[in-house]
Amino acid sequence: MSAAAIFFYLIAAFILGTGILAVTTRKIFRASIWLLFSLIGIAALYFWLKLEFLAAVQIIVYVGGIVVLIIFSIFLTIKSGDEMQKPLLVRSIFSALAVVFGAAFIMRLLQKYPFKLNTGKPFELKVNDIGTQMLDTKNFGYLLPFELISMLLLAAMIGCIVIAIKHKEPENNLPNQTI
Amino acid sequence: MNEVPLTHILFLSTALFFIGAYGLFTRRNMITMLMAIELMLNSVNINFVAFNKYLYADKLDGIFFSIFIITIAAAEAAVAIAIIINLYRSHHSIDVEDATELKY
Amino acid sequence: MSNPIFIALIPILPLTCFLLLGLFGRKHFSTTGGIIGTLSLFISTILSFATAYQYFFQTGKINGVYQKIIVFKYTWLEFAPNLSIDMGILLDPITVMMLVVVSFVSLMVHVFSLGYMKGETRFATYYAFLSLFTFSMLGLILSSNIFQIYLFWELVGVSSFLLIGFYFEKPSAVAASKKAFIVTRFADLGFLIGILILAFYAHTLDFGILIERLSVISSPYLTAINAASFLGMSALSWGLILVFIGGAGKSAMFPLHIWLPDAMEGPTPVSALIHAATMVVAGVFLVARLFPIFALSDPGALQVVMYTGAFSAFFAAVIACTQTDIKRVLAYSTMSQIGYMMFALGVSKYSGEEGLGYMGSMFHLFTHAFFKSLLFLGAGSVIHFVHSNEMKDMGGLRKLMPITHISFLIACLAIAGIPPFAGFFSKEEILMAAFESNRLIYVVALITSGLTAFYMFRLYYSIFWSKDASVNNHHGEGTISMKIPLILLAILAIGSGLVPIASFVTADGLPITSHVPISFSVLPVSLALLGILLATRLFKNSNDLPVRISQQMGGLYTAASRKFYIDEVYLFVTKKILFNLIGKPAAWFDKHIVDGLMNLLANSTAKVSELIKGFQSGKVQDYALYFFGGIASLIILFIYLWQ
Repeated sequence: MSAAAIFFYLIAAFILGTGILAVTTRKIFRASIWLLFSLIGIAALYFWLKLEFLAAVQIIVYVGGIVVLIIFSIFLTIKSGDEMQKPLLVRSIFSALAVVFGAAFIMRLLQKYPFKLNTGKPFELKVNDIGTQMLDTKNFGYLLPFELISMLLLAAMIGCIVIAIKHKEPENNLPNQTI
Repeated sequence: MNEVPLTHILFLSTALFFIGAYGLFTRRNMITMLMAIELMLNSVNINFVAFNKYLYADKLDGIFFSIFIITIAAAEAAVAIAIIINLYRSHHSIDVEDATELKY
Repeated sequence: MSNPIFIALIPILPLTCFLLLGLFGRKHFSTTGGIIGTLSLFISTILSFATAYQYFFQTGKINGVYQKIIVFKYTWLEFAPNLSIDMGILLDPITVMMLVVVSFVSLMVHVFSLGYMKGETRFATYYAFLSLFTFSMLGLILSSNIFQIYLFWELVGVSSFLLIGFYFEKPSAVAASKKAFIVTRFADLGFLIGILILAFYAHTLDFGILIERLSVISSPYLTAINAASFLGMSALSWGLILVFIGGAGKSAMFPLHIWLPDAMEGPTPVSALIHAATMVVAGVFLVARLFPIFALSDPGALQVVMYTGAFSAFFAAVIACTQTDIKRVLAYSTMSQIGYMMFALGVSKYSGEEGLGYMGSMFHLFTHAFFKSLLFLGAGSVIHFVHSNEMKDMGGLRKLMPITHISFLIACLAIAGIPPFAGFFSKEEILMAAFESNRLIYVVALITSGLTAFYMFRLYYSIFWSKDASVNNHHGEGTISMKIPLILLAILAIGSGLVPIASFVTADGLPITSHVPISFSVLPVSLALLGILLATRLFKNSNDLPVRISQQMGGLYTAASRKFYIDEVYLFVTKKILFNLIGKPAAWFDKHIVDGLMNLLANSTAKVSELIKGFQSGKVQDYALYFFGGIASLIILFIYLWQ
């Protein structure tokens, strides 16, 4: 077993461990922190896969943006020190069974499937290539999705503001009415 | 790269996905449900990059998908938080069991 | 009047009058409704007389035989290429005679009601109903198709229902109208089945063709209908007897007579119109219409007609001797006289001189209409004066109501069969026909005519003589509109006997000369005089002899005055047998099984929905679990089980 493999299994264990803790812990602030660790673990995985750019994007957007957003929303809504309620036992058991069944099923499928691994030159991620391909209009170019996602971000921003805005209370005195 | 077979990475992503699914089914708090959804999205990301690296080394499509998914997940998380805040204002609780207006 | 429009106008005028008064009468014509009704009927009467004149003296006769003339025919409902219901107008000697009778009596009743019903709040509605009745009766007479006659038959029943129940606040009137309608409707069931049987075998509904196919000996239809038999009788007998049952219901023959005495709850002019002259003779008219089939193809059915008629005549006469309500006496008298008409048809044969019974029956119908309606209108006048129907409230009215008195006397003499009044001539024809055919029936008829004279004069003396008047003359005998019909009808009660019906109305269209010898009439007339004398002795001055005689007769008298308990028998059969044995189980079945099945379906649907509604919990996570479960099962299905 090479060092790379050992590292992989450690990172994997870290991701899964913090993930399980994130979904089972009863204190909400701790759940968000466990989520944070899980996402950092995934970034580490990307580093291990030699996809540095993606790992950087992951840390900036997910860890630095989304988890912070989640923490803000926790502060805005509930008292973060309290313990959350446990779910119904029936629900936990059913969900656990369903999840285990689903996981086992898919893992078995994956095991059976003959993947055709790449035999050519190894994979290299250059940011230059990402940039040129993204702004390319032909030959697998992703310009259109890029523009669309920009629009989506704008729409999401405006949408969030509209949904979450607080409306002013209507004034109590009505305008003068002629009878 | 070839030290770890593809299937092991896929096992990891599957397990992460179903951990997220468990969290989605079980958690009573809307924000923790959102966290579980983020886990599921990340598992999909791992899947994409693993396939890209192991099967299609001359193309970059998997990476692009992952980048786009991260972006969209950010937007979606923001909208979800906005909805949760709105719901909190009307119900004064973010317990998902309190939002049962569609009950029979 | 070769133009059919004028003949069609005869029933259509009363129809338009009905629609006008029925729809707009209450608001616009509340006082003038009577004038409008009377005027329209007056025009109809003139048209009827003109038609009669034209038919009998100008166009009706071909080669000396009076023909059936189809004036017009319109195919209304076609079932098969050769089976259809046509609406048409048929002219025939009996039709034209009935036109004259019905329209004239109806006109008299309309005029009488102007005075009798004055001050009534629903004056226009009354005239609307009278017009509807006149229209239905005229339509019935003019029908050329057996189904059309059934249609108008039912319409006549409905109008009679409306008129009997005119004073609908009185529960007895409502009960009487229901009884009349239900009994006649029940008889009409037989009529309908009879129509269907006859139409099925003869393949036609038209009167002319039907009679032709079923009365000519060599007709294949006749052999077919005679060959088919059911429970021992041929289909022809069944058909004819069932049709006769329908006629017996309308004409109040035993045992379907129970509605006629109760029908006296209606206003008295209505009784004069419907239950004396027109509706109750509809049954006789029907048998007369189908007479060729009865006489030539199935004498057995004719025997049924004869016995029923004779028994009803005698039965009604016995009961009439004991009744105290003057209208009920007249009702039973009507039943008895109709019995005469029926058995006269029963003893008759078809051709030539042997058709005397038929001619006598129609002659009696003609004269009876006039003197019976006169009797009823006179009774109406008396009731209007005394405000009561019972004999004990009357007496000695001869000085206070002279015109009514004289006309009533004339009518009583006519019905008793005293020459030269009208009833004598028609009764003699009937008795002659009975004498020549069936001696038993002749004897029964003779005894009945004696009883007729007796009870009619009992009635006459109780009203006009027996004791001194107990009411004073506070409002006079009646208006002029009430006196004119009495006078006109009295003239006819004397004179209509002299009309030579025999040369106009006969079974086969050929005129016959009637020759009743004087020696034959001695016996009936002397019996009638005997009855009158007996009545004079018992009732002219009030004494206790009638009471003693009735006490001596004991049970027989009680039974007769209780109408021989026929009503109680009907009530028993209906309540104890029909309701309990058929009605109640049917109701149970309907309530528990039919309704129960529906309730079961509904309840089980509700239960199932109750069970599944838990799926809609409103919780997102439940939905997510269901969603996941669905996807998992679909995956398994598609990967492993889909071949």
